[in-house]
Amino acid sequence: MTQTETEIVQEIGSDYGTKYGFSNPDEAKDYFFKSGRGLSHELVEAISEHKSEPDWMRKFRHKSLDYFLARPMPTWGGMPSLHEIDFDNIFYYIKPTENQVDSWADLPADIKDTWDKLGIPEAEKKYLAGVGAQYESEVVYHKLQEQLTSQGVIFLDTDTALREHEDIFKQYFGTIIPQNDNKFAALNSAVWSGGSFIYVPPGVRIELPLQAYFRINAENMGQFERTLIIVDEDAYVHYVEGCTAPIYSTDSLHSAVVEILVKKGGRCRYTTIQNWSTNVYNLVTKRAVAEANATMEWVDGNLGSKLTMKYPAIWLTGEGAHGEVLSIAFAGKGQHQDAGGKCVHHAKNTSSVITSKSISKNGGRAGYRGLLEVANGASGSKSKVVCDALILDEESRSDTYPYIRIDENDVDIGHEATVSKIGEEQLFYLQSRGLSEAEASAMIVSGFVEPITKELPLEYAVEMNRLIQLQMEGSVG
Amino acid sequence: MKNLHVALEDGTPIVKGVDLKVATGEVHAIMGPNGSGKSTLAYAIAGHPAYEITEGQILLDGEDITEAGADERAQAGLFLAFQYPHAIPGVTVTNFMRQAINAVRKARNEGVDDPVPVPEFRKQFLAQMDRLKVSRELASRYLNDGFSGGEKKRVEILQMAMLQPKIAVLDETDSGLDIDALKIVAGGVKELVGPEMGALVITHYQRILNYIKPDFVHVFVGGKIVEEGGPELAETLETSGYEQWEKEEVTA
Repeated sequence: MTQTETEIVQEIGSDYGTKYGFSNPDEAKDYFFKSGRGLSHELVEAISEHKSEPDWMRKFRHKSLDYFLARPMPTWGGMPSLHEIDFDNIFYYIKPTENQVDSWADLPADIKDTWDKLGIPEAEKKYLAGVGAQYESEVVYHKLQEQLTSQGVIFLDTDTALREHEDIFKQYFGTIIPQNDNKFAALNSAVWSGGSFIYVPPGVRIELPLQAYFRINAENMGQFERTLIIVDEDAYVHYVEGCTAPIYSTDSLHSAVVEILVKKGGRCRYTTIQNWSTNVYNLVTKRAVAEANATMEWVDGNLGSKLTMKYPAIWLTGEGAHGEVLSIAFAGKGQHQDAGGKCVHHAKNTSSVITSKSISKNGGRAGYRGLLEVANGASGSKSKVVCDALILDEESRSDTYPYIRIDENDVDIGHEATVSKIGEEQLFYLQSRGLSEAEASAMIVSGFVEPITKELPLEYAVEMNRLIQLQMEGSVG
Repeated sequence: MKNLHVALEDGTPIVKGVDLKVATGEVHAIMGPNGSGKSTLAYAIAGHPAYEITEGQILLDGEDITEAGADERAQAGLFLAFQYPHAIPGVTVTNFMRQAINAVRKARNEGVDDPVPVPEFRKQFLAQMDRLKVSRELASRYLNDGFSGGEKKRVEILQMAMLQPKIAVLDETDSGLDIDALKIVAGGVKELVGPEMGALVITHYQRILNYIKPDFVHVFVGGKIVEEGGPELAETLETSGYEQWEKEEVTA
């Protein structure tokens, strides 16, 4: 069983205290409340020390912090709220006890209410409520893992993977998203904790999705998770991030890095539905490399958070590689979803499809920001970008920023964008069948995102639609 | 309907005092020329927000529904078969139908969820589709999205059969239908009319009335009922047209 958050905090306390002169346990406890905030080399050192990491990782973290501190804040995307982030007021590894949430009952009422309304199974509720149920979920996971282990699959949390599979870990870690890729990738590289590590050996096809429900608690420990997935030749994996599970972050910043390598002929699908509480800045870097004839698919649903900046990217580096990004962004009151996707064609006969559906309501702002790039020499490449926006009221906003850079003549590129509103006639038609205005609106919105929800595993599609209904219930009247 | 007056949002009066009572088991036809306000009347009965009832009342089972929303009217047992049904992309006919039925059941169960059991729904739905010769493939397509005119009208009647209203208003249901489709649609309506349901058929042409024999015919010109009679009135209109009343309207 993993340590509880409290145990980790206490342990770090003694550790940090010993190392830096805070030897009085009582004072050390207080110390954590106060100097846990903010970012420093001492903090990075403490994290690495606590995790007993190899020296190269410790150095990697320190260097990443230097990069983070040196880089300016982006001046695009989530403006102006991005600049409201107070980096000195954030707990990077330790949570303050005052805000610590490690039980269902302690969740803020609106989030708890959401999950009550969703009617998630009692068993799951128990799981979320405490350690016992969490244990139960890990049993399921381990069962799956045993099956996969016999095929040579590695599926571990990232910290354990570093300890147990350092060679393969070191070979790929930080190679797809360099530590200085952007300010938030640098931040993650400095203070990362948790996440998933997956290795699928050549030819192994994992037919059932790998679901990481256990990660709910892992993420509660820190919100800088680091995921690394390597799909070897002709292998297949579908990884589903259960962010619809009530991950509640007491901290206000979530900044993950996800690196994926899909080797020749392999295929990887990565599905996320994030439903963070609306006080969370969600600034995530996700990038995959697809080698020859490999397929990479990002299915990315963003319903929660205060600000999301996330553009899952695919680098098509081998001939015949294929990439798809399916993105849903739903912004309600006070929310800004700056979502999208990137496809970079660097080899001949590569193909990509980006489909984005954004919905904004109650003054929310949702949009598509994407990059399509075809390098010189990537002849015979095809790409299609479709971005549709649905705006539910006059106060809400939708933006489309489709960046296209084509440095090759022999290409087939298509781009379509639509902006629509829910028609009064459509609403009336549905209401004349007995549906309330909220139900009718939710039905139209569900239909709008259906091209993406139909790609989700059934239980996620159902949850997605329920979340949309909940969002819509709050929007009318 | 008691002395029903309806105006557009800009205040233009369209329906100018209609008195009409439709009982279950009865078929009433409202016949009128283009621009007489027939469709406005249909929308106003169903509760379209763009049409304002400026005077008079609509009662259903003695309950005043004049101020009720479209959803509440539907829940109370009113149904409008649209002349131009709207497409809802991404929502299958089956999903839509089940949600609509559940919304109505919830309302009739004093706001408490009372979803129709799936096997029961499926059985009924398939039976009605077969009866109305709606191809089963249509059930998993998106509602009215890319449907032919005939498919749309048949799916309207399918909805009516599934929702089992007390009063059904059919707005130009015959328009755009070939004779075979018309027979199926009309047959579907006819079978539903009985002790549980009455129908108000709004039409320009007498054609549909050959298949749904009306008990009463109301001639509707210039926003008013100008003549009433039995089924024979429809046949007279077929030969003489609306001209005589339209002239009166102009001179009036």
